[in-house]
Amino acid sequence: MNRAVSRAEPRVSLGGPWGKVTGAFGAIARTTSGPVYLVLLVVFLICFAVVTIDGGEFLSVDNIREMLVRSVALGIVAAGQTLVILGASLDLSVAYVISLTSLIGAETMDGQNGQIVTGIALVLLIGLAIGLVNGLVITKLRVNPFIATLGVALIIRGYLEANYAGPAGSSAPDFRKLGFENIGPIPLSVILLFAVVAAVWFLLRWSRFGNRLYAVGGDEQVAKLSGVRTHRVLITAHVLCALAAAITGLFLASRLGAGSPLVGQEASYDLQSIAAVVLGGTYLLGGRGGVLGTLAGVLILAMLDNTFDQLEVNSFAKDVARGLIIIAAVAAYSVRWRRHRRREAAAAEGVDEPPQGGAPVLQEGRAT
Amino acid sequence: MSAESETSERAPSERPAGNDVPLLEMKGISKEFYGVRVLDRVDVDCRAGEVHAIVGENGAGKSTLMKILAGVYTPTEGEVRIEGEPVSFHHPLESQHAGVSIIYQEFTLLPDRSVAENIFLGREPKRGLLVDRSGMEARSAEILEQLAPDDPISPRAQVGLLPVDRQQTVEIAKALSLDSRIVVMDEPTAALAAHEVERLFERVARLKERGIGVLYISHRLKEVFEIAERVTVLKDGERVDTVPTSEVTSPDLVRMMVGRELDQYFPPRAEPGSRGPVKLRLRGAGNYLVSNVDLDVHGGEIVGFAGLQGSGRTELARAIFGADPFDEGTLELDGSERQIRSPREAVAAGIGFVTEDRKAEGLALMQSVRDNVSLAWRGLRRSLRKKHELEIGELTKAVELRARGLGQEVRFLSGGNQQKVVLAKWLATEPQLVIFDEPTRGIDVGAKAGIHDLIRGLASEGVAVVMISSELPEVIGMSDRIIVMRHGSIAGELEAGPTEAEIMFLATGETDIDVDDSATPAAAGGEQPQEDGS
Repeated sequence: MNRAVSRAEPRVSLGGPWGKVTGAFGAIARTTSGPVYLVLLVVFLICFAVVTIDGGEFLSVDNIREMLVRSVALGIVAAGQTLVILGASLDLSVAYVISLTSLIGAETMDGQNGQIVTGIALVLLIGLAIGLVNGLVITKLRVNPFIATLGVALIIRGYLEANYAGPAGSSAPDFRKLGFENIGPIPLSVILLFAVVAAVWFLLRWSRFGNRLYAVGGDEQVAKLSGVRTHRVLITAHVLCALAAAITGLFLASRLGAGSPLVGQEASYDLQSIAAVVLGGTYLLGGRGGVLGTLAGVLILAMLDNTFDQLEVNSFAKDVARGLIIIAAVAAYSVRWRRHRRREAAAAEGVDEPPQGGAPVLQEGRAT
Repeated sequence: MSAESETSERAPSERPAGNDVPLLEMKGISKEFYGVRVLDRVDVDCRAGEVHAIVGENGAGKSTLMKILAGVYTPTEGEVRIEGEPVSFHHPLESQHAGVSIIYQEFTLLPDRSVAENIFLGREPKRGLLVDRSGMEARSAEILEQLAPDDPISPRAQVGLLPVDRQQTVEIAKALSLDSRIVVMDEPTAALAAHEVERLFERVARLKERGIGVLYISHRLKEVFEIAERVTVLKDGERVDTVPTSEVTSPDLVRMMVGRELDQYFPPRAEPGSRGPVKLRLRGAGNYLVSNVDLDVHGGEIVGFAGLQGSGRTELARAIFGADPFDEGTLELDGSERQIRSPREAVAAGIGFVTEDRKAEGLALMQSVRDNVSLAWRGLRRSLRKKHELEIGELTKAVELRARGLGQEVRFLSGGNQQKVVLAKWLATEPQLVIFDEPTRGIDVGAKAGIHDLIRGLASEGVAVVMISSELPEVIGMSDRIIVMRHGSIAGELEAGPTEAEIMFLATGETDIDVDDSATPAAAGGEQPQEDGS
């Protein structure tokens, strides 16, 4: 480690240029999702190369469609999870919410097209209620989000295990189209995913709620001192997150044709969604990141899955590889961020260090 | 989420600034914490368009007074009036709505958000259902333009990437966007370099033009004379006086700020001949927080470090201890050059560090005396539990620890006894050099003497001692030599027993006084007597 160099370099270069990187590249590189898209590109190139060398097809329309459709469920949950994580919270109940809502949706519809609206409404209402409970327990009872949502998850699990032995209900025929129909070349479900992501993006960027959510996650005290009603913001985030999980439950009910008490936890959407959010460059402690990064995170995971499937890698090795990649990516963001922070500090102090103020006094005080 | 938080339209500058009713009056303000009186019937007022400085030593009560104005604390007694109207704040929002903005020493900005987002946080303007981003940015740009016309800050810039003085400008802009009538600045220049201070002053001048009253807390007297019309001196929670800056000199102020009797008992200083060889030697040492430090500390002596908060004393201690290692200059221990890159290496090299915040950095509060005492030692070598127990018993006896037993949890001990546990922890490592950072902060007067005796005892056994303290009587009473720091480097050195004024002059950089009987022949300071600050 060469200290002298590492110290001299930022001093020279950082006063101006760091703050003024211009152009599209600079703009992208400075956003938190910038590096995520870089990772996405690298993963894409590697997957493409590996699959092609192996003799498979990576860029065929079918394969791309396959990858996207397989991203839908995780993508929607993760978009919701992004909101709570940005607010420095967490939702571990999403997997069970998904199972529960898939069952309730399918049972309410009971194979009749006339029940679709009722089913959807009921599911969304349940999502809203669960989100409200999560949010209230966290803010008003001051229970750590990890524990609060884990507790809610366990309660739902107990309910599911007591009442369901296996798949139940039946999605309405028209409702199943959501899972299988295309509009032009694009699957309906993929449009749903992009709609949800767009809605979350829009909220984060263009609503007061979004602006304040970043503040609450970044520094709750600062937010409070600026007049933000932090509890309200956090509860809203939890409600939206649970709604996203409920939508995922509906989508899966449409896809499976029935509700399943295991569909959420089998794919472990709770931890997977958190992994996708973090892989997408959102800071786990809140205040930094965005839903576009999460989308990239989900796509990265989908490409990896697809590649592993095509290469017929066994599923244990798949998990190991996925784990390694998540850790590596987040470590890379973290190192990059810390270096960036240190440079900032050095830049700020570099100006501050007063050779004008300090040194002469030293001579006067001692050596004259 | 539909929080229609007030966008109350106040127009402070249009109000006729009647000189008879001050903008702000704080009368007979007292504040007690658990029976300890930290403010005693303090009166301060501020007129529209005036900068009123508040000065005082560390612990004089400046911050408490400001926090009362901010609504963070409620006063035990006393009254606050704004334009003659009595007000009472119980929450920061209430004072904000009354037109008071506080610019804290640590900024209350979100580094990851843009300038405009920070300025309008919690009050984002809306157009229809959406946040009016362009309006928000335009309004921010307007305010920033007024504050810094020559080099306006982009409302889209990310706050965390701006230099410190520009971040501060964003804070000021936030205050202006609230239409504040009173702006309080708490040590605003603490983090700024000289040229940045100039820019801050320009900004303050603009606040004055708009008829805003500014309360300016600082211990840099030079600044006070530069921008304030009047100055209030606080000492030990009481107001000494309020005077127009045109009628006093900076030595006057220093005398008002200090000048208390030294009525505490301190153990006798080291005998002249008892000073041992040099244990620690720094030459040109620095890192990104301190610079160009030359220092010798001998075995058997106590070297006191004085200086204002943020002058780099703790930072230097942390650098020596390897917590923020030096990256230039040399460090010698016992005559051989060493690199200390981590606290672990420091401990192995025989350095102990009794930190400022013993509860956070010095002790594992939930653990027993036994575990705490063996903490540093166990980090270095693993020894048998039996032997351990014996030695710990001896160590706690040596520091005269009063605890129910070695198994008692440290959090139940008094401050003084907690500090003794920290000391025992370092004694266990048989240190050559021990750095004390504010060793008696938060400790009862009675227990202080015990800690002082232990520190002196350590030195008389040949250990080199560095003692950082913001309490001038303590530095003066304990030290064999005093080093004064300012702006991250050493401002000067004083022999044992200087006056408080001598230290304050060096610490504030008001005027370079002649160090009378030190080995350095007093320079020809004749043509520049001690009043260049006024």
